[in-house]
Amino acid sequence: MSNATLKELSLKLATGACSSVELTHEYLNKINRLNNDLGCFITVDGERSLAQAQAADAQRSAGRAGPLTGIPLAHKDIFCTQGWLTTCGSRMLANFVAPYDAHVVERCSAAGMVTLGKTNMDEFAMGSSNETSYFGPVRNPWHRETVPGGSSGGSAAAVAARLAPAATGTDTGGSIRQPAALTGICGLKPTYGVVSRYGMIAFASSLDQAGPMARTAEDLGLLLNVMAGFDARDSTSLDRPTEDYLRDLPRSVAGLRIGLPQEFLAAGLAPDVQRAVDAAVAEYRKLGATVVDISLPNMGLSVPVYYVLAPAEASSNLSRFDGVRYGHRAAEYTDLLDMYKRTRAEGFGAEVKRRILIGTYVLSHGYYDAYYIRAQKLRRLIAQDFAAAFQKCDVIMGPTSPTTAFRLGEKSADPVQMYLSDIYTIAVNLAGLPGMSIPCGFDGGGLPVGLQIIGNYFDEARMLNVAHQYQLATDWHLKMPPGIE
Amino acid sequence: MKWEVVIGLETHAQLSTVSKIFSGAPTAFGAAPNTQACGVDIALPGVLPVLNTGAVERAIRFGLAVGAKINSPSIFARKNYFYPDLPKGYQISQYELPIVEGGTLTVQVGDAERTVRLTRAHLEEDAGKSLHEDFHGQTGIDLNRAGTPLLEIVSEPDMRSAEEAVAYAKALHTLVRWIDVCDGNMQEGSFRCDANVSVRPQGSATLGTRREIKNLNSFRFLQQAIEYEVQWQIGEIEDGRAIQQATVLFDPDSGETRMMRTKEDAHDYRYFPDPDLLPLEVTAERLAAVRAAMPVLPQARREKFAAQYGLTVYDAGLLTASRELADYFDAAAVGADARTGKLCANWISGALSARLNEEGIDIAQSRVGASQLRGMVDRIADGTISGKMAKDVFDAMWAGGGDADQIIAAKGLKQISDSGELEKIVDQVLAENAQQMADFRAGKEKAFNSLVGQVMKVTRGKANPQQVNDILRRKLAG
Amino acid sequence: MALTLDDVRRVAHLARIAVDDAEAGAALGQLTRVFGLIEQMQAVDVSGIEPMAHAQDLVLRLRPDVVTEGDQRERFQAIAPEVDAGLYLVPKVIE
Repeated sequence: MSNATLKELSLKLATGACSSVELTHEYLNKINRLNNDLGCFITVDGERSLAQAQAADAQRSAGRAGPLTGIPLAHKDIFCTQGWLTTCGSRMLANFVAPYDAHVVERCSAAGMVTLGKTNMDEFAMGSSNETSYFGPVRNPWHRETVPGGSSGGSAAAVAARLAPAATGTDTGGSIRQPAALTGICGLKPTYGVVSRYGMIAFASSLDQAGPMARTAEDLGLLLNVMAGFDARDSTSLDRPTEDYLRDLPRSVAGLRIGLPQEFLAAGLAPDVQRAVDAAVAEYRKLGATVVDISLPNMGLSVPVYYVLAPAEASSNLSRFDGVRYGHRAAEYTDLLDMYKRTRAEGFGAEVKRRILIGTYVLSHGYYDAYYIRAQKLRRLIAQDFAAAFQKCDVIMGPTSPTTAFRLGEKSADPVQMYLSDIYTIAVNLAGLPGMSIPCGFDGGGLPVGLQIIGNYFDEARMLNVAHQYQLATDWHLKMPPGIE
Repeated sequence: MKWEVVIGLETHAQLSTVSKIFSGAPTAFGAAPNTQACGVDIALPGVLPVLNTGAVERAIRFGLAVGAKINSPSIFARKNYFYPDLPKGYQISQYELPIVEGGTLTVQVGDAERTVRLTRAHLEEDAGKSLHEDFHGQTGIDLNRAGTPLLEIVSEPDMRSAEEAVAYAKALHTLVRWIDVCDGNMQEGSFRCDANVSVRPQGSATLGTRREIKNLNSFRFLQQAIEYEVQWQIGEIEDGRAIQQATVLFDPDSGETRMMRTKEDAHDYRYFPDPDLLPLEVTAERLAAVRAAMPVLPQARREKFAAQYGLTVYDAGLLTASRELADYFDAAAVGADARTGKLCANWISGALSARLNEEGIDIAQSRVGASQLRGMVDRIADGTISGKMAKDVFDAMWAGGGDADQIIAAKGLKQISDSGELEKIVDQVLAENAQQMADFRAGKEKAFNSLVGQVMKVTRGKANPQQVNDILRRKLAG
Repeated sequence: MALTLDDVRRVAHLARIAVDDAEAGAALGQLTRVFGLIEQMQAVDVSGIEPMAHAQDLVLRLRPDVVTEGDQRERFQAIAPEVDAGLYLVPKVIE
C-alpha cells in the first residue's frame, strides 16, 4: 500500500478500503525499518501522528472528508510545526519546539492530512547534498553511497523510499527540484508568492518558496491545491483567486511550444543526463509538441548572482539566532559579545557560517554597490531573459541538475563545485518563476535523471498538464529504488 | 573668537497606533514584561512583518502638515546590528527612500518666527528595553516596546542656539499632538530627541565636527545638554584640541555629556532593502483622504488669531500650544470684536492657564467652559465688572458657582457705572477731603490716587474705575 | 580584489561568529574561491539597469491597525534559554 500514489490512497480511504490509522501505521512501520539507514527523518512522533490519523478517520465518519483527509505527509523540518521539534537541520535549533504552525502546516492539517514526521535537510536549507545537516546526511535510496541532493534531501528520499506518499519542500535555488531529480521523484517550486512563507524558517526571503514533492505530477497538483493560497501574514503572499491546479491535466500537449535554451548545454553536463533529457524532448515531439531554440544569455551569471543575494539575505535572516529567546546558547561565555560569538560559532555549521560571512561581506560598507546592487541588476537581466524567451515558447525544458546523484563527500570539500550543481535551477528562483522536476530516465549506473520544466508566472496548472501527459506516455516515475519493497 | 553654534535634531515620535508597526500586538504602555510581544516582536523563526496602515497614515499626515514631499514608493530597509533588545538582529527602518522628504516647520523664538527645514521623516520600529537592575549580574530584556511604530524626524542643521533647538522641539511636539500622530508623552518616551551639535568660528561657511547627544527626553535636558556640549566644544577648540565625531550621552545628574562611542567604532549597519516588505506605495486616493481629514494647522490658526484679534505672535503662540487650547479660544471668542477677543486671549493665557497648571490638568478638563469664560469677558467689556472683580467671578466659576451673570448677581458685584450716582459720590469725597484736593492742585499726583481710593472705599470697590478717573479729573480741573 | 585574513576577522566580528586563527585561515581559502566565482559578475555592463529586489513587481499590502495578538509570554518563554520575572536574561549589557 505504501507504493500507492496520493490519488490512489485518496480512493482507498474514500471507499473504506483502509483507514487513516492503518495507513499511518504502515508508513510509521516502514520509517521505523528504514530511517536508520536512510536518515530521512529528524523527528518522528508516532503517537502524535496516530492521534491525527484517528481524528481524520473521525472526520471521514462524520462525512466531512476532503480529497486528502487521512493521508500521511512528511514536512521538511524548515516548517514550524506546533509542538514538534523544528530544527531546520541545525544545532542552533536542535532543542526548538515550535510554538506555532507554519501556514503550509496549517493548510495541510486543515485538509485532514496526517503529519508523519519532520524530514532531514541541509542546515537552514543551505546545501545541495543534504550533507550540511547537523543530524547527519540523508542517503539516496537508489544508491546508499550517494547523496539525495538538497536541501530538501530528507523529503525527497522519504518519498523515493516510499516512507511517505508525499512531502513538503522548499526551494531557494533548486532545493525541491534538484533532490527530486536525484531521487527520481517529482517536485514543484511554484511562482514566488503562491505559497505563504509564514512559518517557513527564512533562508533568502526574496527567493524562498515552498512546494510539493511526490511521485506523480497529479499528486503534486493535489498537494499544491492544499498548500497554495493567500496568507495575510506574509506580505509577499499573492492575493489571487483560488485555482484548481489539476484542471488542465487531461489537456493534450499537441502544439505545445517547448523552449530549449542553448545555455543548458553548458560544460559539466553529464552525457547520460543530456541523453535522457533529449529522449524526453523526443517523447514530447511524439506527443505533438514543437521545439524552439531559445537563449537565456545571462543565465551563466545566475550562480554568482545567487551567491551574493542569497547569502546577503541569509546573513540578516539568521541574525535572530543569538541565544537570547530560543534555541542554542553557549554553555560558557565571559560577556555578552562572547555569548553571541560562541553561541553562533557552536550553533551554526561550516556551510551556514560560510554563507553568513559572504553575505556580511557583500553588504558591508564599501562593497554594497559592487556586489549587492550589481547582483540585483543582473537579477533583473536574468528575469528579462526569461520574459523574452516566453514570447517564443510555452514552457522551457532542460536538465534539472548537470549530473545524477554524486557520492557522499564528493563535493563537500569544495563549496564552488557544490554551488555549481544548482546551475540549472537557480535562475528560476531569481526570476520568481515556477519550475519543476520529473523523472525522465537513468544514467548508466542506474541513478535517476530529472527533467526540468520551467513555466511562465502562474503557469503551474499548465506545467502539471505537460508533466502529466508525459507520465501517461512513460513509466519513469513508476520505477522504485532497489530493495525498497 | 566668536563662535557660531550649529544644531540639527533627530526626533523619534512614537506613532499613536493601537497595534505595532509590523505585528498585531498592542502598543499600550506599562504592561507586564513581554506580555505584549508576539511572535513577530520576539522574532520567532519563520514569522514575517506586515505593515500597519495606521502608521503609514500618520506618517503621511505629518508629511502633509510640514509641506513635505510624500515619496511613493518608499522603501523599507534592514539596519543590521546585534543588541539584546533588537530581537531580529536588525531594525526595519527606511534608508534610501523615506516616506517623507523635505518640508519646513515654523518655530517661535521669543516674539520672532523662524523657519527650520526638515531633511526627512521615516517610519521604523522601536527596540525593546534592557533593564539593568540586577538579575544576578545579568540584564533583563523586555520586548513589549519592540515593534512600536516610530517616525524619525530629521531636521537640517538650522538651529543656532539651545533656545532655538528647544523652540523647534516644542513646535514639533505641539504639531505631532495637534495632528494626532503621537501622544507626545515624554516621560513614557513617546517623544525623544537626539541633538547633533557643532560649533564654528562666526562667519565660517564650513561646518565643524559634530557630536550627537542621544536620547534627550525632556526640553529641559535638551537645553542643558546642548548648553553644556557647546561650552565643552568651545573649550576643547580654544585649548587647541580638535573635536572627534562621536556619540555622547547626557547625564542629568551631573549636567554633563559623556562619550558613548567614537566614529571609529561606529557600526557598519549593512543596510539593504528588506526582502520581506515590498515597496510602499501611497496612492493619490490615500493622500487625498489624509489631506481631507487634516485639521487646520497651528500656523494657520495663529495667523487667523493675529489678524482677527490683533494678537501678538507671542500671544497667538500661547493659544496654539495645543489644538484643544486653540479650539477653546475659538469657542470663547466666537463672534467677538477685537477687544473682546484680546480679553479672552488674556484670560486664557493668564488666569485659566495658571489654574490648569496649578491643578495639573489640561484644557479639556477645565472647570470653566469656553462660553462661561466668554460670559465673564462680556461683562468686563460692557463695564459691568472691573478686571479685579472678574478675578473673583473667575474663582467662583472655577469653584462651580455657575455663570458669570449669576455670580455677579449673587455676590452683588455689579460695578457702579451710573454717572449721576458716581458724580454725587465724587462730590461728597471731594467735600470731605479738601486737603488732598489742594495737594493735587499744587502738583502732587499722588493725591489723585488717594482720592480714587476714597471713592472706591465708599463704593466698596464697585465703582467703575475708569469713570471715577474721568469724573475726578474733570472736577479737579474745574 | 583579494580577500585578507583581516577581512575575514572583521566580517566574522560583524556577524558575531567566533573564529580562531585556523578557522579564519580555512575560511579565507574557501571564501577566496567563492569570490572568484562571484567576480564573474563584474564582466557585464549593468549601467541603466534597475536593481531587482523582489521576485514580484508589486507594491506592499497593508494591515488594518487592530490588535490581534494577546499575551503569549508563557508559551514563548517555555523555550527560552534563561528567563526571570518574565524577562529574557542576557549577560550584563554595558552602555
